[in-house]
Amino acid sequence: MKEFTPAPDSASIVSVTDRVKPVALGMGVISAHFLADRAVFVGGEENVAFVGSQGEITTVAVHSGGILSTASDGKRLVMGGDDGKVVSLEAKGEVTLLAIDPKRRWIDAVALHPDGAYAWSAGKTAFVKSGKNEEKSIEVPSTVGGLAFAPKGLRLAIAHYNGATLWFPNMAAGAEFLPWAGSHLGVTFSPDNKFLVTTMHEAALHGWRLADNRHMRMTGYPGRVRSMSWSAGGKALATSGADTVILWPFASKDGPMGKEPAMLAPLQARVSVVACHPKNDIFAAGYSDGTVLMVRLEDGAEILVRRNGTPAVAALAWNAKGTLLAFADENGDGGLLEL
Amino acid sequence: MSEATSQKIPVTVLTGYLGAGKTTLLNRILSENHGKKYAVIVNEFGEIGIDNDLIIGADEEVFEMNNGCICCTVRGDLVRIMDGLMKRKGKFDAIIVETTGLADPAPVAQTFFVDEDVQKNARLDAVVTVADAKWLSDRLKDAPEAKNQIAFADVIVLNKTDLVTKPELAEVEARIRAINPYAKLHRTERCSVALADVLDRGAFDLDRILDIEPDFLNADDHDHDHDHHGHNHDHHHDHGHGLKHYHDEDMQSLSLKSDKPLDPNVFMPWLQNLVQVEGGKILRSKGILAFHDDDDRYVFQGVHMMLEGNHQRKWKDGESRESRLVFIGRELPEELIRTGFESCIVS
Repeated sequence: MKEFTPAPDSASIVSVTDRVKPVALGMGVISAHFLADRAVFVGGEENVAFVGSQGEITTVAVHSGGILSTASDGKRLVMGGDDGKVVSLEAKGEVTLLAIDPKRRWIDAVALHPDGAYAWSAGKTAFVKSGKNEEKSIEVPSTVGGLAFAPKGLRLAIAHYNGATLWFPNMAAGAEFLPWAGSHLGVTFSPDNKFLVTTMHEAALHGWRLADNRHMRMTGYPGRVRSMSWSAGGKALATSGADTVILWPFASKDGPMGKEPAMLAPLQARVSVVACHPKNDIFAAGYSDGTVLMVRLEDGAEILVRRNGTPAVAALAWNAKGTLLAFADENGDGGLLEL
Repeated sequence: MSEATSQKIPVTVLTGYLGAGKTTLLNRILSENHGKKYAVIVNEFGEIGIDNDLIIGADEEVFEMNNGCICCTVRGDLVRIMDGLMKRKGKFDAIIVETTGLADPAPVAQTFFVDEDVQKNARLDAVVTVADAKWLSDRLKDAPEAKNQIAFADVIVLNKTDLVTKPELAEVEARIRAINPYAKLHRTERCSVALADVLDRGAFDLDRILDIEPDFLNADDHDHDHDHHGHNHDHHHDHGHGLKHYHDEDMQSLSLKSDKPLDPNVFMPWLQNLVQVEGGKILRSKGILAFHDDDDRYVFQGVHMMLEGNHQRKWKDGESRESRLVFIGRELPEELIRTGFESCIVS
């Protein structure tokens, strides 16, 4: 990428802020995604906004209340709301109701499998629907904090209090429980399927090597980790929660065991969201003061995408090709950057 | 919690033993014509029928924080619900958390002390405990939960007073006061209390820790059916204010005073250590402090092991620079606390 060339002699950071197409969404934003080549910003309640390449905004109503959880594979976006509904949004803007909780409980978490299966949770119960198969469910000991599908096979990780549960919905065998004291909220599999990592209520991550369930404690954050993103090829896990982006090494078979994380892009503000480029060793980071940076993993070189002085950045997303970056702050002031 | 308090959404914790009248009070709050919208976090749907408000079901999932402090428990479901509710900011003015009849209010309160994200958006306003005038005395004997709820309260709604005689009422009030003399107490039938007496109290707002006198010494709070200032009582336990004086075997309050200044370099480590070691027993603590060579009042409050404190304002001219501390707790080590406190006084 020839654009990503920090000037070595310049004291000031290279800036591409003038190339950002501003997007005024006019609603609080919780996440951003790409469906085909249109950016999709998910609002805190009721609506999502498609943003085309010229910055034109098309709003689509998806929930009749707060939107609590989102997951996307680039082809569709699955959302759960406090209206008890699980809905899917296609690239053309078509909305499908996938499920509705009979008691209208909040849909706290959703996950999407590459082959089209999807999962959601309400209270202590996680549900999976795959293809023409019947809906299946499992109850865990406490409220589900997060859901993630394994990259291979139909296997669901369920984060909850005191650990995570691994479940093969199509197999008769019982679920496997990975214990670790504390409340586990977010969860992700490494792309090579070897590690499971959770974000915790306290300022820490916890991981398990799935071959032998060995523990990996990833601590030292000043604040709770709310955002995790795997770098291209899964070599590193970039995380929010500190005043630098913390990247845990996962290239070797031991993952981060006994290793120090890399700390890149330090600012006088807390990292609020991270998104790794899908192909190159670059990530974007959003901060609590509104700053957005693009950073090269190799040497930490930075490019300024958005200046500080606004509410925290709430959403960041790359398109599948890695040619577009979308971002928005909590108040819905966003932008699109074409590389 | 006093920082930018006005922008934070107030949260009232509504507690009380089974059958005391929590749901009655809740329905009353919701149905009154106050023009406000509430988000209500309840344990059972169905008993409240108000369309205008957000009703959210909760599971009371209490978990221990991984910080080595055993009494440091928080409500995990509340963290999650608050997070979800904040996406709908602007749709409601205040939050009410109703606990189950057997719940300990501490994990709810501690959630607002410990959780960074919850603290950013919301502030604990007060713990309101509904008590049954007819049955509370019995429950205080056999239900530790009921005692906890009284000890923890900022406001006590003593309900169903029409079902008891005057001596019975005096009896139950004395029992309440033996545990918690500081809460505002309101006598009600069918929970008919003015909403201003239960909502927006600022009980956890450091800026509003103005006085920590026992409630029954505050003249404006008197129900004049009860002559608390009379001196011709026939109770032989008369304690100077007309209430029978009880001593609760395991739950007490302890009040400390000094008109000599305290040494902050001794006091702060002492207080920190006290709540670290004895925090399991100390349910609530509060203090207004006069430090040596310091023209500002210092105020603090705590729930179990968690403390927060700050300089509040300058001492006023003519204001007595008196330090006062209050602890409410179970089996408080009174001598240890008194001796420790005295060692903080600059002689």
